[in-house]
Amino acid sequence: MTEKLVIVGNGMAPGRMLEHLLEAAPNRFQITIFNAEPRVNYDRIMLSPVLSGEKQYEEIVIHGDGWYIKHGITLYKGHKVVAIDRDAKTITSNQGVTETYDKLVIATGSVPFVIPVPGKDLPGVLSYRDLDDVSAMLVAAQSRETAVVIGGGLLGLEAAAGLAERGMDVTVLHVMPTLMERQLDPAAGYLLQQAVEERGIKVRTKANTKAILGNGKVEGVELETGEIIPATLVVMAVGIRPNVVLATEAGLEVKRGIVTDNRMVTSDPDILSVGECTEIDGRVYGLVAPLYEMAKVAAAQLAGTEAKRFVHADTPTKLKVTGIDLYSIGDFADGEDREEIILRDASAGIYKRVILQDNKIIGTVLFGETADGPWFNELKKKAVDISGIRDTLIFGQAFQGGVSTDPLAAIAALADDAEVCGCNGVCKSTITSVIAEKGLTSLEDVRAHTKASASCGTCTGLVEKIMTLTLGDGYNPAVVQPMCGCTDLGHDDVRRLIKAKSLKTIPQVMQELEWKTSCGCAKCRPALNYYLVADWPAEYADDYQSRFINERVHANIQKDGTYSVVPRMWGGVTSAGELRAIADVVDKFAIPAVKVTGGQRIDMLGVRKEDLPAVWADLGKAGFVSGHAYAKGLRTVKTCVGTDWCRFGTQDSTGLGVRIEKFMWGSWTPAKVKMAVSGCPRNCAEATCKDVGVICVDSGYEIHFAGAAGLDIKGTEVLGQVRTEEEALEVIVALTQMYREQGRYLERIYKWARRIGRDEIQRQIIDDPQKRKAYFDRFVFSQKFAQVDPWSQRVSGKDKHEFSPIAPISFNEAAE
Amino acid sequence: MNWFDIGEINDIPLRGARCLKTRQGKIAVFRTHEDRIYAIEDHCPHKGGPLSQGIVHGAAVTCPLHNWVISLETGKALGPDDGAVRTIPVRVEEGRILVGLGELLAAAE
Ligand code: SRM
Ligand SMILES: Cc1cc2nc3c(=O)[nH]c(=O)nc-3n(C[C@H](O)[C@H](O)[C@H](O)COP(=O)(O)OP(=O)(O)OC[C@H]3O[C@@H](n4cnc5c(N)ncnc54)[C@H](O)[C@@H]3O)c2cc1C
Ligand code: SF4
Ligand code: FES
Repeated sequence: MTEKLVIVGNGMAPGRMLEHLLEAAPNRFQITIFNAEPRVNYDRIMLSPVLSGEKQYEEIVIHGDGWYIKHGITLYKGHKVVAIDRDAKTITSNQGVTETYDKLVIATGSVPFVIPVPGKDLPGVLSYRDLDDVSAMLVAAQSRETAVVIGGGLLGLEAAAGLAERGMDVTVLHVMPTLMERQLDPAAGYLLQQAVEERGIKVRTKANTKAILGNGKVEGVELETGEIIPATLVVMAVGIRPNVVLATEAGLEVKRGIVTDNRMVTSDPDILSVGECTEIDGRVYGLVAPLYEMAKVAAAQLAGTEAKRFVHADTPTKLKVTGIDLYSIGDFADGEDREEIILRDASAGIYKRVILQDNKIIGTVLFGETADGPWFNELKKKAVDISGIRDTLIFGQAFQGGVSTDPLAAIAALADDAEVCGCNGVCKSTITSVIAEKGLTSLEDVRAHTKASASCGTCTGLVEKIMTLTLGDGYNPAVVQPMCGCTDLGHDDVRRLIKAKSLKTIPQVMQELEWKTSCGCAKCRPALNYYLVADWPAEYADDYQSRFINERVHANIQKDGTYSVVPRMWGGVTSAGELRAIADVVDKFAIPAVKVTGGQRIDMLGVRKEDLPAVWADLGKAGFVSGHAYAKGLRTVKTCVGTDWCRFGTQDSTGLGVRIEKFMWGSWTPAKVKMAVSGCPRNCAEATCKDVGVICVDSGYEIHFAGAAGLDIKGTEVLGQVRTEEEALEVIVALTQMYREQGRYLERIYKWARRIGRDEIQRQIIDDPQKRKAYFDRFVFSQKFAQVDPWSQRVSGKDKHEFSPIAPISFNEAAE
Repeated sequence: MNWFDIGEINDIPLRGARCLKTRQGKIAVFRTHEDRIYAIEDHCPHKGGPLSQGIVHGAAVTCPLHNWVISLETGKALGPDDGAVRTIPVRVEEGRILVGLGELLAAAE
């Protein structure tokens, strides 16, 4: 008979344990899990990217519902286990479910520590542990008001960076003199503080919280000094405590955590404990690497296959805040018997320190440049005597045995058992051997098979280098990233071959380039459609079924299946007549919401699909055309008032903006294109964060490009300066055409420019008048076919089937 | 089960879909590259996105809201996602599409 395994807690440790167990002994247990959180197992580490907006919850799920079904595991979501009866061998949940067990695993993780100050229970005071905390922070962040994060450790700083990313004004309070003092020495802590402050986050060290103030909700934090810092959100990230209540009540041996031996068995032989709640050899852990080790050991113990033992190892600390590189491992305190080697490069913000004892590394702190972290860690783990390389040690691995300029040499020199992925404990040889055995060629595959770089992702670069080293030309991430699973060709190859082989339809491309699927997928088809539209403007018949719904119906789909409608408002200029027409349409079709957009025009939201043609018909009568707010194409050209009205205006910025928009509307581009024209360097139209921007100056027009203000924020670069409006238009159009011909689908101008290089773009567009003219002419030619208002086309009957259900049948009758 | 004639195959664009309103909710009827017709609930298992508005490829559709890929044959989400929508019986006779609805109506009562 299969034995019953019950697990309390469904966090990262037991999730990993189950993966090992199911592999070693798939049918040994009938498994039931109780999880206080009402959800499946997700990657808690990645909550910070969810907070900052880089990822969605869906992307960080480790085991989806289907996984439990597939393995016959019963998962009770939202069930907190409240009692263990060790005599009867049962557990009971707060929802009244009782389950018997043969083996029990406790994996209750940690609870955030809450400092016992007055006001700690006020609404708006959160901790940072699970998805609910993140959701609550995101709601609070919508106010864009002030947040205080108490705690300047790993969690606190990630929370602060995420909230700042979401537009909040954030202050970090830290009780110690420097940040992350448990992982960083004061010098690195200071550099970290600078880097954090550069992101607009205020840092207060030696700040002792006295009380949290507020009436019914949080309003501020009071320090010991009496100073009050206003806040609408307070996040407490001052530490965690192993969650041991359940084990204590069950009478298991508990000290700081639930005490286990090195096979993860507690004082009751039928009960194991894994994860942050566990204490082993006097230590508790708060990073996943050792927890995953526990998971391996516990799985082996349960499967009864091989005798594994848990062995302590230091885990390096990294901070997952984009642009801040730090790495710390081991012991870095000063001491009589210790020596240190330090490297500082103030201008580059680099600090490296290696701590030695008896000529062996016992600790490393790196800031600003961390690539050598794993190498130092390797020397430390193996207790290598470094006397021989002492002079060059601090310069890192590349400097050993002669200066090498090949970045791969360092990777090649890495020992086979050198750890590459700290989170998942994957070493170099595991990666190289899986690549060889399974013939893997993509990063995704290597991730799926080894888990290397699958958790926090900071080692992705390293894994890629190992792939390059192992596969040689077979892996070149820059070149061979295929468009999608339907082909091995990358975007650039496909674009090149479309031209070279004169391929003019999607089926032809798929046939000639040996697509692996019958009709592509939702990734490649829109890309191919764009390439063909851009390359053969006169000949190619747009394939609407290969366009995303928004571009197919010329409106933006909303979450409830209705659509939004944004008419063009040239350069942001409107009139009483236009506004009246909009008002009438809104009334006539009972459109639920009208909003001024960030792009200087008006959005009507919640239009029913069936109403779209009639809405457009009415708008068309007032002279409106589609604003292409849905398009990978020209969006808006924002303008300021310029010489017409403004006392500082140097040129007619409004006029130029309208002129550009009227010239360029309707064109399809690899990704959306947004432009702006400001009348003087005060830049009220925010031209310096657009794909293309113009700053008017007395002597002419400064043309900017490659800015971004969405997922990434990047100021523009200057392309060049011209004297007349005509020249400005020619440069902008030529630049756009160059991008249209070279950009990869969904690649914004700033990414394309980074790939091609500003020099090359300047060379072709500014320095070479003939090239510029040729680009310009090709754009003008393609506009002949593109500048057709899609709305009026649909009003006159095109694609009618899109806007109505298929032939009516009286289902009411049918039902009778 | 009752079979209803809802139109002819050419009423649906190749690699496209139309939707069908019933008292119990919308049904999406698809026509694939290979001229096969499928019908499933027009309601993505993820967050209810209208599947009839997605891009059709092979015998699958990609939801327009967050890109889940749903098999038209089984109604199940493909790839790493989990979930399923109900499939509705259809057949094609002499170029006309017939949808079998008794089961749906009965089930909804
Ligand atoms: C309506 C509007 C918000 C508003 O109410 O102000 C808006 C609404 C949407 N934006 Fe935006 N963005 C709007 C201005 C902006 C701006 C500001 C601007 O243009 O000056 C930005 C930052 C500038 C930039 O693009 O760099 C912006 C950056 C984004 C992004 C991030 C793009 C990126 O590459 O980083 C997305 C996502 C995407 O395109 O993949 C996005 C996507 C969207 C979508 C289309 C989401 C979607 O896929 O459904 C939203 C459509 C809602 C709708 O149906 O109307 N929206 N969006 C603005 C429309 C402007 C217009 O008149 O056309
Ligand atoms: C924001 C954030 C960022 C992090 N970043 C990193 C990082 O970069 N690198 C790194 O190595 N680590 C990081 N960590 C730490 C890492 O996430 C944890 O070490 C790890 O998740 C702990 O796993 P666990 O299984 O022990 O516990 P958890 O993942 O906390 O899971 C415990 C689960 O048990 C449930 N539970 C508790 N009591 C009961 C009960 N009585 N009955 C039923 N269920 C119960 C809880 O609801 C919870 O879902 C981070 C943590 C956070 C919060
Ligand atoms: S309108 Fe833009 S910023 Fe607002 S929710 Fe939609 S995509 Fe996000
Ligand atoms: S609703 Fe379909 S993918 Fe989200």
